[in-house]
Amino acid sequence: MSGGRGGVVLEAVDLVKHFPVKHGLFQPARHVHALDGVSFALKRGETLAIVGESGCGKSTLAKCLMRLTEPTGGRVVLLGDDITHLGQGALRGLRRHMQIVFQDPYASLNPRWSIGSIVGDPIRLHEKVPAAERRRRVAELLETVGLDPGFADRHPHELSGGQRQRVAIARALAVNPSVIICDEPVSALDVSIQAQVINLLKRLQAKLGIAYLFISHNLALVEHISDRIAVMYLGQVVELADTRSMRRELLHPYSKALFSAAPVADPDASARRTRIILAGDVPSPVDPPGGCRFRTRCPWKQARCADESPALRAVGDRLVRCHFAGEPGFPAPLS
Amino acid sequence: MSAVLEVADLAVRFRTTRGTVNAVDGLSFAIGEGETVALVGESGSGKSTAALALLRLIADPPGRIAAGRILFEGRDILALREEELREVRGGRIAMIFQDPMMALNPVYTIERQIGEVLALHAGMGREARAKEVVELLRLVGVPAPAERAKQYPHNLSGGMRQRVMIAMALACKPKLLIADEPTTALDVTVQAQVLDLIQSLKDRFGMAVLLITHDLGVVAETAHRVIVMYAGRKVEEGTTAQIFKDPRHPYTQGLLEAAKWEEVEGAMLREIPGAVPSPFDMPKGCAFSPRCGAALPRCRESVPPLVEVAPGRPVACFVAQERAS
Repeated sequence: MSGGRGGVVLEAVDLVKHFPVKHGLFQPARHVHALDGVSFALKRGETLAIVGESGCGKSTLAKCLMRLTEPTGGRVVLLGDDITHLGQGALRGLRRHMQIVFQDPYASLNPRWSIGSIVGDPIRLHEKVPAAERRRRVAELLETVGLDPGFADRHPHELSGGQRQRVAIARALAVNPSVIICDEPVSALDVSIQAQVINLLKRLQAKLGIAYLFISHNLALVEHISDRIAVMYLGQVVELADTRSMRRELLHPYSKALFSAAPVADPDASARRTRIILAGDVPSPVDPPGGCRFRTRCPWKQARCADESPALRAVGDRLVRCHFAGEPGFPAPLS
Repeated sequence: MSAVLEVADLAVRFRTTRGTVNAVDGLSFAIGEGETVALVGESGSGKSTAALALLRLIADPPGRIAAGRILFEGRDILALREEELREVRGGRIAMIFQDPMMALNPVYTIERQIGEVLALHAGMGREARAKEVVELLRLVGVPAPAERAKQYPHNLSGGMRQRVMIAMALACKPKLLIADEPTTALDVTVQAQVLDLIQSLKDRFGMAVLLITHDLGVVAETAHRVIVMYAGRKVEEGTTAQIFKDPRHPYTQGLLEAAKWEEVEGAMLREIPGAVPSPFDMPKGCAFSPRCGAALPRCRESVPPLVEVAPGRPVACFVAQERAS
């Protein structure tokens, strides 16, 4: 298997996904614009976080990358190979390089299977190894994720949420993937358990050099775990930068509002900072607003924002999709 | 500050095929007028059960309020007759839930649902009700309130539904609002709007709020006082500043450490090992002792009582009590 260029393991190039909406016989066809031109490159051993609110397209992105749904346009490149149009057979061989961990460990594990079968199944599918060897590897994987090898004989209902998520991680690790897509991996878990799972993911990354595409709505968590952050709004990336630069300042008005809205577990900090309260909800992704998609909620919108849709452009060390980002004094403090 | 609500020694039990579960045990607290008190805990801590018990909404069977006293404006809730209780519910005490879709009736218009509250508790006529509903929707920031009033819950977004539920809760200007995870199902920008709304309405009507949540960020931003629950018991109480700056119970300390994502960039988070115990298999002694790094032999023998380690700071932990004395 050839590697990607410059240590890139997974690349999305201008990904588009439109879902048709049911419409009447004489009405024009309409589409949900779930993804509209999303591009990024994920490097070996890196964590890229995708943040945004419901309807921003972050889960559709995960599905398109995994080819669990067919993208309408654009390309997915895994380890240098274009997998966008591969048939199911060829795809199966490549899936071992890219695994996914879902949000809800109560729904993602087959309740009838033993933990040993769940974790061993990817090995059975992708490698021809004797059963004894598979059992040995399963025991090793369970130990890697901090579970007793004796768990192999148990069933999901006997496990707590945190233990189940460890099983899901062990299953993803079973075939030594280069990339794991983590779709809200801790948001269904109790607060005291979340830290355990996050630490586990970090330790595994340090040891195995896996790249994570980390999808989450928990901004504090994302700042903690990721090297880079992409903020999405209505199917588009609106800002993408190093986590360090993002901590220093945010340039897109939506990123600013989003990060300012997240509650901080520190009464002093929350008293000091100014929250930007956006009006209204995220607009429907069916017929998204023309021009800049954020303009209907943007406190700094101007005439140009309705006429012209901004491109994702480089401003300093980052990419921003806003006409005015980077101009001195923008955005001006709200009164 | 005079107390609106006083709860003493509340215990709620559930009978199941696997035995009796003490969902809430020996819970005491008070809420002052206009005060926001947060009940914090993980799943299984008993926080939602306690909230339901305040309005006697525990399904019996399998549940039962086994002991305790609930005084609201001086009246004993547990001694009220059904019709008296109905006056309190939705009138003097209102409740909002995490999922507004579950709490709203899908086949009735918004106007009819909010109107029902007004008819029951305020005895308003049809026209007065229609006017008041539009006024309430405007108050909670629903755009185009007159049109929205004629619509059904499915026509509204999650944030709008939560606003409708708040409008319904406010219809009778309650003295106490019980909010059970009111923003957990919402996006952060909408969560900020809803928390802001509750805050401004609280200031305007002087109502007290009991906020039930697992989100320490929401607590830090809204509550005056915090009660931390673990496995059905109160383990610590204090003002918001006290709890966040000087937590005394090892569980509270662990929770706060585990949530300090942004402060430990690159480094590992401090974990609380293990998981919340099963209610059918409670450890002997302190329920937190199997996960506690500071546990003493006596912690595994007997349940630590709540003792004030400082004025207004009850903590149920032998270690914290020893350190304070």
